[in-house]
Amino acid sequence: MESLIIFLVLLSLGYVFGKMSENRHYRSIHAREQALVTLPTTSSKKPIGNSAPIHHAELVHGHVVISVDYFKQMLAGLRNIFGGTIQSYETLLDRARREAILRMKERCPTADQILNLRIETSSISKGDVGDRIGSIEVLAYGTAISFESSSQNHLE
Amino acid sequence: MFISNIEDIPGKTITTCYGIVSGSTVRAKHVGRDIFAGIKNIFGGELKAYTELLGESRDEALERMKSQAQQLGANAIVNVRFSTSSVAAGAAEIYVYGTAVTVE
Repeated sequence: MESLIIFLVLLSLGYVFGKMSENRHYRSIHAREQALVTLPTTSSKKPIGNSAPIHHAELVHGHVVISVDYFKQMLAGLRNIFGGTIQSYETLLDRARREAILRMKERCPTADQILNLRIETSSISKGDVGDRIGSIEVLAYGTAISFESSSQNHLE
Repeated sequence: MFISNIEDIPGKTITTCYGIVSGSTVRAKHVGRDIFAGIKNIFGGELKAYTELLGESRDEALERMKSQAQQLGANAIVNVRFSTSSVAAGAAEIYVYGTAVTVE
């Protein structure tokens, strides 16, 4: 009986706080994506739409570790029985990737473009109790370049 | 030191190639952080302690790769790749590698 109560408390805590933090996170992601929309990021190796000489290039990276809440973990566990898409994990990964890209962009606000973007995902809490993926790390990295004409304040 | 993850440094030309350089670190979190992360797992959200830890290890791995390149006499590293693997419960290995070159 006691363990059932603990389980239900954890479940509702996870539901309430997990939902709150997810909504808060999505709001902040939307706001920051709007602010950084002027810095194009591509997975191509050549600059897009501009052939001006390149003045400066550097490696930039951003990363984030995000954990799933208890309620979603349970939901995913149930889904595992019947199969199908686990939407709760999809939003988790989506949030993590967008956050990592935003952090990378925030490191080089003066750059003109980011080339060769690569995203890497790894689960860092393997082997924990329950053997479930509790948290994931997403790393985004690329080469930030600035063109000659717009490079007054970005010196080596 | 110029670093990029493309095959060259945009705006420069490669004159000499020295071969692969790499740097790695294996780090674990202390128990307090692990317990805190366990609690955080109920509520969801970002695990700041882990983010910080992985950031530090990645910077250190980069530093090690840079110093290796400097020893060879290179002034740039191209085609850099990151990789992360969990070697044991609670420990992560960060590995960075690239090609050391001289650019002009």
